[in-house]
Amino acid sequence: MTPLDSPAIKKNMSVSVIMFTVTLALIPALIAQIGFFGLQILGNLIIGISFALILEAVCLKLRHYPIKPFLKDGSAFLTAWLLIISIPSSTPIWVMLVGLFFSIVISKHAYGGIGSNPFNPAMIGYAVLLISFPKIMTNWPSAEQFDFNNFLNFSQLFSMFASIDIVDGIVSATPLDKIKTALFLGEPINNSFSIFDQFNAYQIMSIFYLIGGLYLMIKKIITWHLPVSLILSIFVFSFILHQINPDVFMPSLFHLMNGATFLAAFFIITDPVSSPTTLRGKIIFGVMVGLITVIIRNFGGYPDGIAFAVIFMNIFVPLIEKFTQPKVFGYE
Amino acid sequence: MNISDKIFKFFGGIKPEGHKQISTRNPIKRLPLPKELIIPIRQHVGKMPNIVVKIGDRVLKGQILAEPVANMSAATHASTSGYVKEIKPMNIPHPSGLPDQCIVIETDGKDEWIRLKKIDIENISLSNLLEKLKHSGVVGLGGATFPSHIKLNANRIQTLIVNAAECEPYITCDDMAMQEMTQDFVDGVNLIMHILNIPKTIIGIEDNKPQAISKLNSVLDSSKNIHLKIIPTVYPSGDEKRLIYLMLGVKIPKEKRPTELGIQVFNVATLISIARFINYGEPVISRVVTVTGALGQPNNYQALIGTPIQQLIKDAGGDPSQEVIMGGPMMGFKLPHTDVGVTKAMNCLLAVTDEMKSKASTEMPCIRCTKCVEVCPAQLQPQELYWHAKSKQFEKLTDDYKLFDCIECGCCSYVCPSNIPLVQYYRYAKSEIREQAKSSEIADIARDRNEFRLFRLEREKKERAERNAQRRAQVSDEDKKKLIEEKKVAIEAAMKRVEENEE
Repeated sequence: MTPLDSPAIKKNMSVSVIMFTVTLALIPALIAQIGFFGLQILGNLIIGISFALILEAVCLKLRHYPIKPFLKDGSAFLTAWLLIISIPSSTPIWVMLVGLFFSIVISKHAYGGIGSNPFNPAMIGYAVLLISFPKIMTNWPSAEQFDFNNFLNFSQLFSMFASIDIVDGIVSATPLDKIKTALFLGEPINNSFSIFDQFNAYQIMSIFYLIGGLYLMIKKIITWHLPVSLILSIFVFSFILHQINPDVFMPSLFHLMNGATFLAAFFIITDPVSSPTTLRGKIIFGVMVGLITVIIRNFGGYPDGIAFAVIFMNIFVPLIEKFTQPKVFGYE
Repeated sequence: MNISDKIFKFFGGIKPEGHKQISTRNPIKRLPLPKELIIPIRQHVGKMPNIVVKIGDRVLKGQILAEPVANMSAATHASTSGYVKEIKPMNIPHPSGLPDQCIVIETDGKDEWIRLKKIDIENISLSNLLEKLKHSGVVGLGGATFPSHIKLNANRIQTLIVNAAECEPYITCDDMAMQEMTQDFVDGVNLIMHILNIPKTIIGIEDNKPQAISKLNSVLDSSKNIHLKIIPTVYPSGDEKRLIYLMLGVKIPKEKRPTELGIQVFNVATLISIARFINYGEPVISRVVTVTGALGQPNNYQALIGTPIQQLIKDAGGDPSQEVIMGGPMMGFKLPHTDVGVTKAMNCLLAVTDEMKSKASTEMPCIRCTKCVEVCPAQLQPQELYWHAKSKQFEKLTDDYKLFDCIECGCCSYVCPSNIPLVQYYRYAKSEIREQAKSSEIADIARDRNEFRLFRLEREKKERAERNAQRRAQVSDEDKKKLIEEKKVAIEAAMKRVEENEE
């Protein structure tokens, strides 16, 4: 007799399906990125994800876990993907691999593997790289025109092996960098540039992250609580600052459309393992990540602060959960 | 009486595939009389009834085989006429797989009834009626098998709720019974309302039973106090607390029974059996069983209690080697033995399908996705319950996460993307906690006894000392002097004897 526990039926939903759907939602932004900047990012993904999967397999082996089902869960795949798209595609390959090592080995397996990591693995990898290689991490390529030829220029695919030199001129500061510099130099930001002249590549990618995120909400992979509270939080707090001094603080829309706002809202903080499980807890988490992000962007030393905000709030997750337990049926 | 049509949707729940139509295509079927019936003596929650027949006795259909011994007990009857062939422990349909006392009846094919006496409901006292019901074998036929006469011993009931939700996939016995025994069903409702003086009734039925709904609508038109509330098909709407909330918007608080809030709930099949008993005098000797799943011709059967289930499976196009679940796919359990008879609790026999067998079995770690939280109708935190059950932090489970409010409906396991058998973890934790409570109770008793023993020894010692002191006090001073003199004399005499001896 085969053991058969109740319930005998099961919804056709697995961790692999969840991770696959999330990856699917990331594809539109990837296509936009390739169109603007070339195939380099795809090459990074292929190399980086392969490396991440090897690391994952080695860790599973060392920890005496079955390799196949755990590799199939897609978590290492997704973590690697998120880290690689968070760093400039011109990043030297060894730097990227260092980040992946911290994401997969240190922040996940050293803490007990999938389900047990208190910190968001992709953000740990990102934070390690940002602190260790600040120059490289801000070398974002300049926003060019969308070009279909980029999809066919395969020489770019593995350009990371060709040279690690970063050619001056193709690199330019992102809008958030510009603001930081302007603030540092004491120039009023309105004079430094206008944000609404044109949508640049990063802003278009932001819109694709938003679309991908809405798809995940429709597919019920994620609930509205985390993304909406983060987006509203960034909107409200940057609105308040802008009202106080428009010369120094950028308007809300700027903060939503630039940096990693939508990527983080729908793909980073929605990592179930390291964010709160209670609905009220998710809202508190989203609001606090938004607040800390606005503070770092406007007063801190880094142009974008979402990664630090996420890691900082990860620390509070058990506490948030403790104080946001919902009422059980019949206890009202 | 006006009742709002509002449906109060409860939190959570799931919408699994219904698979109901496969067993509702044909009317309720009856098998030819089986050669033997295997009737478990205890088919209810409560005390084991007392067997009143012996091997070799001829029994009639409806004759009592075992008498209730206490209030929390119910009678068991012979389902047809024949001879008592055996009385011994045999396999019963129970998840434990342990045998229990059964009576085997060799049927004589005559199907000869005892003399049935209907009950004159207008001229019978409540206590007499309850006593008769206790001997009627009527218990909750929804699966809980709680003796019905206890539920009728209630007063100030304002609302009768009829559980016609039948929310488990595959099961259709109540649906079919409402369609084919509509009058008995409505009679049952009216009888309960009459007995308990209940002003209004709400029948809660899921919208996946259009035929039963239209049948009921055509019958209920005349009666204004019985309302049909059609609820969306969401599992587990048939859970008592969830159903009450759906109907009235009332959440039964923890530690309270619905009757304390003026609500009583009866299941469809139970009402029919109450009507059959009061109107015709028939005790519970059969029930409708859905026989479905991976079978050639799934069907509903009006099966005599004790009918070997193999015969039902075979008639529905199955074979004896098939694995069978008793109950629905969500809360039912796989029968450890299939050489058992139909019981009052058996609403469904579900032959395990290939899909169920292929249910992904690799258990993966919990990723805290809270899909389980989204579906838990008790509004628990299943992922926390799992975590603390696994790490055996039982105090946290009971105090912080309210493990015992879990109704084991299985919604969490159904949606879990990591294939964690969550309900099994909860059952394990519950039984561990009960076991600990029991052993700590035993330890408490032992400690109390020991403390009392020490106290008693101390008390006896004190009493003895007091008694001695008292005795001493009673002796007067003169007596004491006298005693001392006597002793002196005795000593001197002894000394003299010693000296004489030495000389």
